[in-house]
Amino acid sequence: MPETVEVDITIPNQTRYLGLIGRIGEDLVHSLGRYTGDREVLAYHLNLVLTEAITNAICHANENDPNKRIQIKISATEETLSIKVFDEGEGFDLAKRQLGDMCETDECGRGIHIIRRLMDQVNYRRSDKRNVLEMVKKLY
Amino acid sequence: MQLKTEEIEDIVLIEIQEERMDAHNSGTFKEQMLALFDEGKCKLIIDLSAVRFVDSSGLGALVSGFKNASAREGSLKLCGLQPQVRSMFELTRLHRVFEIFVSVDEAQESF
Repeated sequence: MPETVEVDITIPNQTRYLGLIGRIGEDLVHSLGRYTGDREVLAYHLNLVLTEAITNAICHANENDPNKRIQIKISATEETLSIKVFDEGEGFDLAKRQLGDMCETDECGRGIHIIRRLMDQVNYRRSDKRNVLEMVKKLY
Repeated sequence: MQLKTEEIEDIVLIEIQEERMDAHNSGTFKEQMLALFDEGKCKLIIDLSAVRFVDSSGLGALVSGFKNASAREGSLKLCGLQPQVRSMFELTRLHRVFEIFVSVDEAQESF
């Protein structure tokens, strides 16, 4: 049986939880049994992708509404790392978030670019009454 | 954000005493820098040696400081970047925007 590690957490719509979820992501990478790449780099990247995706959900999708919540699902097998971040907002057009449109000295807009650079697949879609940002990284 | 500031003649050295710079604390950091600009300070060195993690919000705060310093004919320089933090500047091409030094002394000598 291939090893699978799964995490399913729901947090309030507050940035104070970013560090906690980032640390959980790093710990998850260190618990992957057979990963042969640079574990420190992968741990940092998972922390970063989670931080960017959750920040986007809190501040942009959920518009800092304290009554909304964020659900985070992480699933890691020997082959893939899959992350889903659910928001309760109106949604946004992922295709319009490109670094090419940015000036180097813009203060915002790098989050989705960072996610695209570090993950192999990125998709944002409606899911029942919520939206989900789905991100997949191949580990081998 | 927890900072230690020291004035060396007309240069302000800001040592960031946080392990993470993210959306939770970068807004406060921007305000702390704006307070310095309001006092007329425009030559800043940001020592990032204690920072292990920076996200796009943290980078955005540094860009904000950079632009404010430049607009006042000053500058904002960085030093002490850990390898993973340095990689974030390369990933977002911001290493082409900032002057980045190994140590505080090197950054100070460049003014």
